[in-house]
Amino acid sequence: MKRFISLLLVLGIVVSLTAPLASAQEKPKASPAKPKAFVYEDKIGVVKIKKGDPIHIACWMVVAGPDASLGTDTKRGVEIAIDDKGGKILGFPIKLSVQDTGCNAEGGQAAATKLAADPTIVAAIGSNCSSEARPGAPILWKAGIATVSPSNTAPFLTDPSRGPEYDGYLRTAHNDKVQGAVAAQFAIKQLKLKKAATIHDGSPYAEQLQAVFAETFKKMGGTITAQEAVAPTDTDMRPVLTKIATGKPDIIYYPIFIAAGGHITRQVKEVKGLEKVKLMSADGTFSPDFIKAAGETAIGMYHSSPDFSAFGAGYKAFLEKHQKKYGEKPIAPFHAHAYDAAMMVFAAIEKVGRVAPDGTLHIGRKALRDALYATKNFKGLTGNLTCTATGDCADPMIAIYQMTADNVKKQVIPDKPIWSPAAAAAKSAPAKEAPKKK
Amino acid sequence: MLRRWIERMTPTDVIMWLIGGAILLMIFWGSAATLSAKTYTAHHWFDFIVFGLAQGSIYALIAMGYTMVYGILRMINFAHSEVFMSGPYTAYFVAAAFYSSGFLDQHPIISLILIFLTSMATSTLVAVLLERIAYRPLRTAPRLIPLITAIGASFFLQYTFRGFYGSGFQAYPVVKILEGEWAWGEFRILKFQAVVIVAAAILMASLYSFVQRTRVGKAIRAVSEDKETSSLMGIDIDRMIVTTFVIGGMAAGAAGVLYALMFKQVHFFMGFIPGIKAFTAAVLGGIGNIPGAMLGGIFLGLVESVGPSLFLDGLGIVAPYQLKDAIAFTMLVLVLIFRPTGILGERLAVKKA
Repeated sequence: MKRFISLLLVLGIVVSLTAPLASAQEKPKASPAKPKAFVYEDKIGVVKIKKGDPIHIACWMVVAGPDASLGTDTKRGVEIAIDDKGGKILGFPIKLSVQDTGCNAEGGQAAATKLAADPTIVAAIGSNCSSEARPGAPILWKAGIATVSPSNTAPFLTDPSRGPEYDGYLRTAHNDKVQGAVAAQFAIKQLKLKKAATIHDGSPYAEQLQAVFAETFKKMGGTITAQEAVAPTDTDMRPVLTKIATGKPDIIYYPIFIAAGGHITRQVKEVKGLEKVKLMSADGTFSPDFIKAAGETAIGMYHSSPDFSAFGAGYKAFLEKHQKKYGEKPIAPFHAHAYDAAMMVFAAIEKVGRVAPDGTLHIGRKALRDALYATKNFKGLTGNLTCTATGDCADPMIAIYQMTADNVKKQVIPDKPIWSPAAAAAKSAPAKEAPKKK
Repeated sequence: MLRRWIERMTPTDVIMWLIGGAILLMIFWGSAATLSAKTYTAHHWFDFIVFGLAQGSIYALIAMGYTMVYGILRMINFAHSEVFMSGPYTAYFVAAAFYSSGFLDQHPIISLILIFLTSMATSTLVAVLLERIAYRPLRTAPRLIPLITAIGASFFLQYTFRGFYGSGFQAYPVVKILEGEWAWGEFRILKFQAVVIVAAAILMASLYSFVQRTRVGKAIRAVSEDKETSSLMGIDIDRMIVTTFVIGGMAAGAAGVLYALMFKQVHFFMGFIPGIKAFTAAVLGGIGNIPGAMLGGIFLGLVESVGPSLFLDGLGIVAPYQLKDAIAFTMLVLVLIFRPTGILGERLAVKKA
């Protein structure tokens, strides 16, 4: 008897727990049948926000662990965008929530699943690492949530072959097809190097970026001596570097993340045959935390990253706000992209959101996604954003930076590039002398 | 003899041996191909071995903690990786203070000793508290319960330290006297690697002789042999168990500083991977056996460093270092197929298990 009662109890709990969930999922479908004069239809679903309730925007970013600077930087960009909007869209306050993604596939999947379960979320901003977006973006889109990434750069994510499950995914960050090519051009044209080795960490970002670099480098007449890989959690890089040393490269390109990148930078000079090799990394390690990880060994190394000097007019004002609000300079390269991503989302909500006579805001999920994809000539901090049919919205401008002793001492990232394809083209005529250090 | 052996053989054994044989064949084939290709010269191999020894001696020091606790309590102390993390992370603040005040550069030896002491003291304290709070109340509980508790304690410690020191990482300062290298012709060894190997060897030797030669060590061995009988002989079991945790904690704390000197980064999650590897090393060497743990640790370090180049290069596998961990665990499988008790695990382990 007792058993029966407890069984009933458990059943009751299960039913009461799942009931609201089930009803929440049914709601949007039921909405078109509303008898009222106000009709708002959407193929996927409608988010309804009662008067006084906030518009919920979710960030899924890496805000903890070794790569926390990347996520914190983009989160700040979004926060400043909200401030600039006055905290309100269409008279409704904006609510921002943040999920940590850990810069790995598992973290991205977990964060996306969590967001997908929350029916109040209108749109998402993220993720930071391409590895997170790969499993995460389809989960969000299944729940009808469009997401704009400020810092995913792996080519796959906006490739035409990516599949319909990525239909809700866009990005304001550059595609690494651009970044990898610029890095290779710099190595060949400016540094006049012939032999390069690359290291990736198995993440889609690093793997695809180094592949683009290697391809361009070979096409321009260089030789790739090795394309090695490590695990992101590896600490002992000396064996793999020793292997690379057998090919005698002039430059090592390792577009990976901070923890492993720091280990490589520190250990390179300890390996015989690599004492004079040049080092280049990419935007994933362009952060003061990387300088902390690599210490003085980072002096002189190169980074490919978005070109701050080519950013729009609003960027200066943004920097001032950033300094005022957080008391420091930006700590990673994607704050402006995050600002633009947030502004794009806000503009799209303004475009599709409609207020019913009873004061409830209706936002159609498919309509919002289409509005985001329709973004054209959007004046952002990072340039004029126009989204392609596969969600590439960036106006990509990549430049090369070099760490100076002063940067390392003060633990700040350089804010002026030493080389960019545009600048090189502009002064290609008088560019006889080697402008080594700035 | 041979007939009995055949009679006892099961189909599972045959399949396992076939798998083991296939792995061995691959290893020999890969090694032969790599060596005949002659990409690497003698000094490359020497470097690989030195890197592996340095990494392996750190694994070995941590593995001692796992194996001793297993020997005396028959439980796997999964929180040992956090004992390893707590020491160097706490000592980082001492190191950073010494560095910013200039003391580290003026008196590097004294500073290093103080850093070691801080780290060892913290790790020991954590280990002792762990035993007192998490394990002692469960001494008579079924064996699975302390195991689950250990996993819980591991998470608790990780996130406690995250709460203390933040979720980012910290960079250890560079100790100037440990920079540079000693060279003989084309062979050379980095100074801090030599220091790590020598320090680990001294520590292991002294801890091992403590267990083998002193009265307390004898008592520990007696307790791990048979708790009831040794308590009848007048041995304070609780004290011996605490002593075991102290030794394990000291070894882990020292290993932590050596790790930090080698890799310069500390964070709250740093214990996880070395902990897993050290546990693997302990199993590899025969869990419960101290020399086995040392041997297992060094073997694992060497395989990780030399293995990818030696075994996989010849097979034409690209980017072999990504498969470093896979090689390490394949070695574990290989050893366990042919010697289920580990390299040095005697039948003793079977009797007590």
